[in-house]
Amino acid sequence: MTTFLGMPALPAFGSGNLFAGESFPKAAHRELGNAQLRANLGHATHTIRDKRQAVVSELPDWEQLRDAGSAIKESVMARLPELLEEFEKNFTARGGVIHWARDAREANEIVAGLVRETGETEVVKVKSMATQEIGLNEYLEEQGIEAFETDLAELIVQLDRDKPSHILVPAIHKNRTEIRDIFLREMPGADQALTNDPPVLAMAAREHLRRKFLTAKVAVSGANFAIADSGTLAVVESEGNGRMCLTLPETLITVMGIEKLLPTWQDLEVFMQLLPRSSTGERMNPYTSLWTGVMEGDGPQNVHLVLLDNGRSAALADEMGRSALHCIRCSACMNVCPVYERTGGHAYGSTYPGPIGAILSPLLTGIEAEENNSLPYASSLCGACYDACPVKINIPDILVHLRSVDVDSKRGARKVPSQMDVGMKAASWALSSGKHLGLVEKGLPLGRLAAGRDKKIKKLPGIAGGWTQSRDIPAPPAQSFRDWWAKEHKSAAPSQAAPSRDDKEIQQ
Amino acid sequence: MTAREDILARIRTALQDSPEAPQIPREYRSESGMETEELIELLVDRLVDYKAQVAVVAEAEVPATIASLLEGARSYVVPEGLDGGWLEGMDDARSRRRVDSAGEPLSVTDLDGTDAVVTGSAVAVAETGTIILDGSANQGRRAISLVPDHHICVVKAADIAGILPEALRRIDGTRPITMISGPSATSDIELERVEGVHGPRRLDVIIAR
Ligand code: SF4
Repeated sequence: MTTFLGMPALPAFGSGNLFAGESFPKAAHRELGNAQLRANLGHATHTIRDKRQAVVSELPDWEQLRDAGSAIKESVMARLPELLEEFEKNFTARGGVIHWARDAREANEIVAGLVRETGETEVVKVKSMATQEIGLNEYLEEQGIEAFETDLAELIVQLDRDKPSHILVPAIHKNRTEIRDIFLREMPGADQALTNDPPVLAMAAREHLRRKFLTAKVAVSGANFAIADSGTLAVVESEGNGRMCLTLPETLITVMGIEKLLPTWQDLEVFMQLLPRSSTGERMNPYTSLWTGVMEGDGPQNVHLVLLDNGRSAALADEMGRSALHCIRCSACMNVCPVYERTGGHAYGSTYPGPIGAILSPLLTGIEAEENNSLPYASSLCGACYDACPVKINIPDILVHLRSVDVDSKRGARKVPSQMDVGMKAASWALSSGKHLGLVEKGLPLGRLAAGRDKKIKKLPGIAGGWTQSRDIPAPPAQSFRDWWAKEHKSAAPSQAAPSRDDKEIQQ
Repeated sequence: MTAREDILARIRTALQDSPEAPQIPREYRSESGMETEELIELLVDRLVDYKAQVAVVAEAEVPATIASLLEGARSYVVPEGLDGGWLEGMDDARSRRRVDSAGEPLSVTDLDGTDAVVTGSAVAVAETGTIILDGSANQGRRAISLVPDHHICVVKAADIAGILPEALRRIDGTRPITMISGPSATSDIELERVEGVHGPRRLDVIIAR
C-alpha cells in the first residue's frame, strides 16, 4: 500500500451503490440456481464475444490502438489535477457550469438542487453508470422528482423495479416474454394485444417515451469521455434516446467520474475505435453526440456537469490498483469471464459487475468494507479479461494485489485469524516434517466419511465452510500416496503409516 | 474547503509517488491512403451493412434523387443553409417544405409532425460507415435530423475520409457534433437487433460525386 509521506490524509472512500449486499460466494450460490439466467447469459456473452472478435480482427492496428489507449489513460491519471482544471476552464468558457461532488450524497444533492431550480418535477435520463453508482433515481424520488430511464434495457429494469445485471445490456437476464409481461403490467395504456416480438416491444417503448422526450425540460446524462483541450463531452449510444435527452430539453445535467478525461481532441480517435468494437462488437455505434458547453440556438441552453470523486481519488492512491480507473466501461471483460458467465451481474452486488467490478468496487470503497472483500476472490485468474480489455487493464494482477491487501488488512485489524491464516499455519506444520504429514494423512478416511456416497464434500464445517458454499470438493482418496508407496515397497521402506483399508480404490 | 479544492487535494495526495506521464505511442494508422472510388465503395458497403439505403449519383442528379426519396413524405424539413441547387425543381413540393434556422427554429411538436428531413454532412468515415454532422449551415440544428422519422443525408465524395483519425482531423471539436452510423437501433431484447427506436428509423444516404 502507498505510504503517505508526511501527509496524514486518509483516502476518502466512495458511497452509494458500490457495496454488495452480501458476500460474493453467497450471492453467486443463489444466482447459480437460476437456470434461465445462466442460459440467457451464456447466449449473450458468446454472441457479443464472437461479434467483437470479428470486428477486432478486421483492424490491422488493433494492438497499436490498445497500446495508445493504455498510455493515454496512464498519462491522464498522472496528470489528473491539471487536466481537470484545463477541462473546467474550456467547458466553462463556453457557458457550461461545473460542480464538484466528493461523494454520492453530495452529487445527488447537487442534481436535485439543479432540477428544483428549473421548477420541474420530471427528468428524462440516458443510461449512465455514474448515476446508477450514486443511486440518483432513488434519491430524486425521495425528493419528489420522477426520473424516467429512456434506454430500452434500463426502462425494462426500471419498470420492473429490478437492478441492471450487465453494463452493456442491463436487462439481459430477462427474456422477451418476461419483458412483454412487464410492459403490459407497468406501461399505462399498453396495447393488451402486445406480442413478445422484439420489434413490437421496441415500438411499444418508443410510443411510451415519445411524449416524454418531446415535453421534457430537464435531462440527466452520464458521459463516456471529456476532452480537456477542447472542453468537450461525449455520449456514445445506439437508440437515439441519448440524442433526444442531450438536445431537446432546456436543461442538461451530466454526472461524470473524474477519471473519464482524455487530454486532447486527437485522443478521441483512439477511443472511438476501441470502444464500439470492444463493447457491442460493431465497427461504430449508431449515434455519438459531442457538446462543448452551450451552443447558442442549438440544444440545451442551461448546461451543467457534476464531477464525481466518490472513491476515485482513493483508488488512485493505490499504485497497483489505479489503472482500474482506465476502464471505459465497454463490458468486454465480463463477456469473456467464466465466473461472470455463470453467476451473472447481480452476484457482484455493486453497480460494476464482472472482472472490472471485482477490482473497481473494492478500490472505490476500500477493501476493508466487509461487503466487498470477497470480490477479489471471484475469479479463476484465467487472464481472459486482460486479453480482452481495450485499454489493457491487468485485472488478474490487480485481483492478486487486492487479495493480499485484504489478507493484510484483516491481520492488521487483529481480527480472528482468517481461514487462510489458519490453513497456512496448518499446512506449514504438516509439511515441515514427514512425521507430521503422515499424521495428517491418517485423517483422510475421515474425509471420505464426510463425503458420503457420491464422493463429494458439499459442506465443510467451520472456517473452511466458505469454500464449500459455492463449490463441492471431491472426497480425498481412501489411501494416501505415502501409504501406497510404503505398501508397494515394503521391503525397501518399512511403513510408518496405518495399513490401507481399501486396495481397490487406488487403481482408479 | 470547497469540494473542488478538496477533491483536487485528494488527487494530489494520491499521486504523491509522482507517476510519470508516458509518451503516447501512436503507431496506429493515421492515413488510409485510399482513392475516391475505393472510399465510395467501402462506405457503401458499410452503410448497407447498417441497413441504411444508399444511392451513388453524380452531383447533378442529387435534386432528382432527393425528390424521388421524398415522394411519400407529406412534409419535410431542411436547414436554412442547405446547398442551393439540391432542392431544384421541387417547387411543386414547396407547400410541404419547412425551413429551420437557429433564429427561427421549428418547435419540437412541429418537427414531430414532419415526415422527413434533408441535410448535408461535414465528413464521413468509409471504414466505419459513419457520417458526421457538425451543425454547419447545410446541416442545421441537431434536433432536425433527430425527430423526423426519415433522414435523407447527402455526402459529397470529397468529404469521405478513409479512417476515423483522418475524419476527426477535419472537424472542429467545439461544434455540436453528431456521428451517425446507420439508423437508430437496439439489441436490448435477447440481443435481437431491431432497427429504429427513437431516432430516425429510415436513413437514406446520397453519395454525390
Ligand atoms: S476493464 Fe477493460 S474490458 Fe472491462 S469494461 Fe473496463 S475497459 Fe472494458
